[in-house]
Amino acid sequence: MTIFDLLELDFVQSALVAAAVLALVAGVLGPLIVTRKMAFAVHGTSELAFTGGAAALLLGISVGYGSLIGSVAAALLLGLLSRRDSDRDSVIGAILAFGLGMGVLMFALYKGRAVNKLSLLVGQIIGVDSTDVWLLVVASIAVLAVLAFIYRPLFFASVDPDVAIARGVPVRALSIVFALLVGVATALSVQVVGALLVLALMITPAAAAMRVTASPVRATALSVVFAEVAAVGGILLSLQPGLPVSAMVTAVSFVIYLACRGIGAVQRRTA
Amino acid sequence: MTAISLRGARLSYGDRVLWDGLDLDVEPGEFLAVLGPNGSGKTSLMKVLLGLQPLSSGTVMVTGGNRAIGYIPQQRALEVSMTLRGRDLVGLGLDGHRWGFGLRNRRERRIRVDAAIASVGATRYADEPIGVLSGGEQQRLRVAQALVGDPTVLLCDEPLLSLDLANQRVVSELIDKRRREANTAVLFVTHELNPVLPLVDRVLYLVNGRFRIGTPDEVMNSRTLSELYRTPVEVVRVRDQILVVGAGACEEQTHHLTAEAAS
Repeated sequence: MTIFDLLELDFVQSALVAAAVLALVAGVLGPLIVTRKMAFAVHGTSELAFTGGAAALLLGISVGYGSLIGSVAAALLLGLLSRRDSDRDSVIGAILAFGLGMGVLMFALYKGRAVNKLSLLVGQIIGVDSTDVWLLVVASIAVLAVLAFIYRPLFFASVDPDVAIARGVPVRALSIVFALLVGVATALSVQVVGALLVLALMITPAAAAMRVTASPVRATALSVVFAEVAAVGGILLSLQPGLPVSAMVTAVSFVIYLACRGIGAVQRRTA
Repeated sequence: MTAISLRGARLSYGDRVLWDGLDLDVEPGEFLAVLGPNGSGKTSLMKVLLGLQPLSSGTVMVTGGNRAIGYIPQQRALEVSMTLRGRDLVGLGLDGHRWGFGLRNRRERRIRVDAAIASVGATRYADEPIGVLSGGEQQRLRVAQALVGDPTVLLCDEPLLSLDLANQRVVSELIDKRRREANTAVLFVTHELNPVLPLVDRVLYLVNGRFRIGTPDEVMNSRTLSELYRTPVEVVRVRDQILVVGAGACEEQTHHLTAEAAS
């Protein structure tokens, strides 16, 4: 089959729509996550999405709901337990290790098909059907709508917390709401790229964008473009040779990152 | 009409009383310096005025409420990689507390932000990443951030800390210009009185639950400070500087002041 034949297949189209929607959400959230130094928190949240997904496999319920419950619980725990920046890292480390351990235990108890397990870790976008796509679209719209409402004070609290507090911005409540949004977005990403590779969509495009511009608006726009190129481009690249989607998505996203680091270094030298 | 008014204000954490019976009126255009050793409740006073900390008893009133306050924090090292320009920082001071994206009135917003940046002489570097600017440049933008909302009260929390003498002068002159031109009341928390001494109308000096309010001459003398610290304190005037010697809790200040007088 040529790539054009492949593109006519329903499941390929579903996969592309899912990837495009997800990349939009991840691209918008990314710069805020990087500014708030939450890359490790996203990783921890995705590991708990994996635990939730594994529990769902074991219980025989939808993996999508399982990972959603897992990552939202993780986001709440991280938000509530780590009140100070100084102990956030260690709290995440402790929860992440325990969550992974529980996930492994549930895997051991699960007697179903092994391929289900693998897809939780490295993603199985080709397995996304049209009902999953609808869930993804609705959840993404919800995340973006909440984000649009809280965006300005959230950005204020992220870059300039002292003055934001002085101006009456509810910094603490916003950080919990943001952790929840990240939790939902992470659970959605887990279905596409898997728990291990969520960072490739949530962090790398934003980190790349922030290397080449100091304007917050431009950084967010670029981050969305990079995430789209990585997600959609990664799927297209994987189709013909039949390679794993997540390998291609992470590769594209990393190449963009390296290129932006290079451009950023040149910009700084000439400035 | 007074800009800030405290009546019988008391703040205590458990048994520890930071201050009690504090009556204070700050008039529009007045420059009040708040001095005292660490832990004397200077920062807590700021929080009370910002509405972040309730009083244990008494009343506090700021004309116009929290929205009418401009806040200038200490200069702190910002990361070089931070995705933020001076223009963005100033804009947040105008409407960063509002919900939503803020897509309306972009033109008017830009005019106000540009004007605030120009008023502190920061136009040249307002579009640079904020992390690559010097401490003095960052602190000018902080002043613009506080002024862009057209405040009736300026709360300054050690805004000169870690700036060199030239930049200390620039920043304090910008604050002074604002209060003269717009009649903005200034409450200026500091460890060092000397850089702002020519601007100060009155001093609020806090020590271990005791306090004095008055002109610099009324407060910054050996008798008053000895009473406040309950230990012999010598206050010496050298040229136009005030040196405080002997207050154990005031070592930091003494150190700074001697270093400065020598320069």
